[in-house]
Amino acid sequence: MFRRKQKSASSAKDRLQFVLIHDRTNLTPEQMNRLKDELLAVLAKYVSIDGQGVNISVEQDGREQRLLADIPLKPAETLRRR
Amino acid sequence: MAAKVITVTSGKGGVGKTTNVANIAAGLALGGSKVVCIDGDIGLRNLDVVLGLENRIVYDLVDVIEGRCRLRQAMIKDKRIADLYLIPAAQTRDKTAVSPSDMVRLCDQLRLEFDWIVIDCPAGIERGFRNALAPADMVLVVTNPEISAVRDADRIIGLVEAEEKGPALLILNRVNMEMVKRGDMLTPDDVVDLLAIELIGIIPEDEQVLVGSNQGVPVVFDQKSRAGQAFRNVCARLNGENVPFMELEARPALFGRLGKLFRGAAN
Ligand SMILES: Nc1ncnc2c1ncn2[C@@H]1O[C@H](COP(=O)(O)OP(=O)(O)OP(=O)(O)O)[C@@H](O)[C@H]1O
Ligand SMILES: [Mg+2]
Repeated sequence: MFRRKQKSASSAKDRLQFVLIHDRTNLTPEQMNRLKDELLAVLAKYVSIDGQGVNISVEQDGREQRLLADIPLKPAETLRRR
Repeated sequence: MAAKVITVTSGKGGVGKTTNVANIAAGLALGGSKVVCIDGDIGLRNLDVVLGLENRIVYDLVDVIEGRCRLRQAMIKDKRIADLYLIPAAQTRDKTAVSPSDMVRLCDQLRLEFDWIVIDCPAGIERGFRNALAPADMVLVVTNPEISAVRDADRIIGLVEAEEKGPALLILNRVNMEMVKRGDMLTPDDVVDLLAIELIGIIPEDEQVLVGSNQGVPVVFDQKSRAGQAFRNVCARLNGENVPFMELEARPALFGRLGKLFRGAAN
């Protein structure tokens, strides 16, 4: 929350980075969060997800946006019991 | 001869489009090219005063489009340079008096006679922007190192791409090097990083820009001004020269010490 130590230009850059991702994808932060939740819910029907390590983000690749999802899976039940 | 049409746009208003059009057009003409600039800001014309040609307007862009005069009659010749012309905007009409296809047709008529056609776009993303974009071969997006101007520039760059007029080139205007050094202004690298387009000009904040527009003499004529040099560099780059970007030193005292002036960064 408090970024007093940060120079104003670098907070401008951080804030712009955030805003541009939402402008370019036409997704509000709220919609983005819902997208993540729903994505995980769908995946959870098939695999068991290790919620701790989940990382879903939109990355910039030039002027294109890329949805990157890094979703660690838990070992299948049968394996784990051994 | 087949002119290249450059449209100068921005998204956010007041960032320096008209200043850039005046200086780039005059700078290209100084370099020996035949140049005509068109004020696309119908209803809010300004390019005429920035160029110092306001007293000689008889006909305007809308008169040409609506057939009240011949194209020639609406072209004001700048007497200071060999081949610089202005087609002024109408002051008492609005953007809908012209359509994108009118602009394409007009530019096609001018192409044969000129090397460069430079179009000043109004602020915003409405009809005036569409008009100015339609004939463009090349789009220059002007922004300031300021959060809302950069955000709006990003929108415009996206729209230019969507219209298949991209990739746009970036002009970063009003850079205050003292603030950059303090960490209180986005650097050119920051802005290029954010917008992910190629840079064609870094124009310093320079009081001489205002002095020049007070007098109707674009700062590009002023050999001593830093902004003038930056505009001459943009023109050289448009002509395909590989000019390094100026080091934006806070003090202008370094003028003439070429070794210090240039950082040698790639174009
Ligand atoms: N590099 C600069 N240094 C100092 N002042 C500048 C610079 N560039 C532009 N200005 C000043 O900023 C103001 C706005 O410039 P200008 O009219 O060119 O912007 P614009 O984008 O055309 O505006 P609009 O959107 O209203 O058409 C003017 O007063 C101009 O003199
Ligand atoms: Mg203007």
